[in-house]
Amino acid sequence: MKAKIYVTPKKAVLDPQGKAVANALHSLGYSAVGDVRIGKFMEIELAGADQAAAKKQLDEMCHRILSNPVIEDYRFELEG
Amino acid sequence: MKFGIIQFPGSNCDLDKLWVLQDVLKQEARYLWHKDTDIGDLDCIVVPGGFSYGDYLRTGSIARFSPVMKAVADHAAKGKLVIGICNGFQILCEAGLLPGALLRNRSLQFRCEHIFLRIETTKSPFTNAARASQIIRVPVAHGEGCYFADPATIEELKKNDQILFRYVDADGKVVDTASPNGSVENIAGICNKARNVCGMMPHPERASENALGSADGRVVFESILNHLRGSKPQ
Repeated sequence: MKAKIYVTPKKAVLDPQGKAVANALHSLGYSAVGDVRIGKFMEIELAGADQAAAKKQLDEMCHRILSNPVIEDYRFELEG
Repeated sequence: MKFGIIQFPGSNCDLDKLWVLQDVLKQEARYLWHKDTDIGDLDCIVVPGGFSYGDYLRTGSIARFSPVMKAVADHAAKGKLVIGICNGFQILCEAGLLPGALLRNRSLQFRCEHIFLRIETTKSPFTNAARASQIIRVPVAHGEGCYFADPATIEELKKNDQILFRYVDADGKVVDTASPNGSVENIAGICNKARNVCGMMPHPERASENALGSADGRVVFESILNHLRGSKPQ
């Protein structure tokens, strides 16, 4: 199985990187661009075929190390 | 007094701390490898600055799972002292030994310069040798030092007098321009509720001798020694 994990800064957390990129897009003339938020994308290969067990493990991984719950949210997709 | 200074792969302020503790303050101090777990004899653990594990994923996020960090958590749970400086602060937050997190500097720049700090409370093992509201000049050197915690946690920190250091201007005023990183309420250093674990972004060990341009940072280590002398039979 392969997991695709998205980690994003929480709404209340300032994202200066996103802000700098938004400014760059504006200066390139993309005036429709509003807020930009930058996060992380991870792909993890997982052994086994038990989807429920894999989801449980991924939740644990995201909570313990892959994201910091103080400042980030996460979500993931699992591909068979 | 016995100090232990942790070395992670990528630590780079370990020697500065050993120098200050051993050679300047004449204390017993030794390095701890990140795989060491035998730290029971130590009075104070120092988690140094640097780029542990290359700062991969998030600063401090991998270091916090080192074997030594389990021993540090046990040491802290006994009420013994732990101080994390710069990357050490980031690691202690990731480990949950201190509340909050350190974000990318608001300017997106790595800031390496001397700044002014105001000592916000002298009621801690890390600041007891200071005068109330004393202003000290010490360096910072970090790209991810913007302290963040949710508003409820900040209120809690204030209520419990856990904010130890704030970035101020030369006159001691808390102003936005005095902060190198955009921290919430100019917070530069905090302690836990039990007051035995401290984290700070600035580097007191780089300002503990006049030859380095400032010896103001010594007050942090002298406070620790005061505290340890007071709590130990001679």
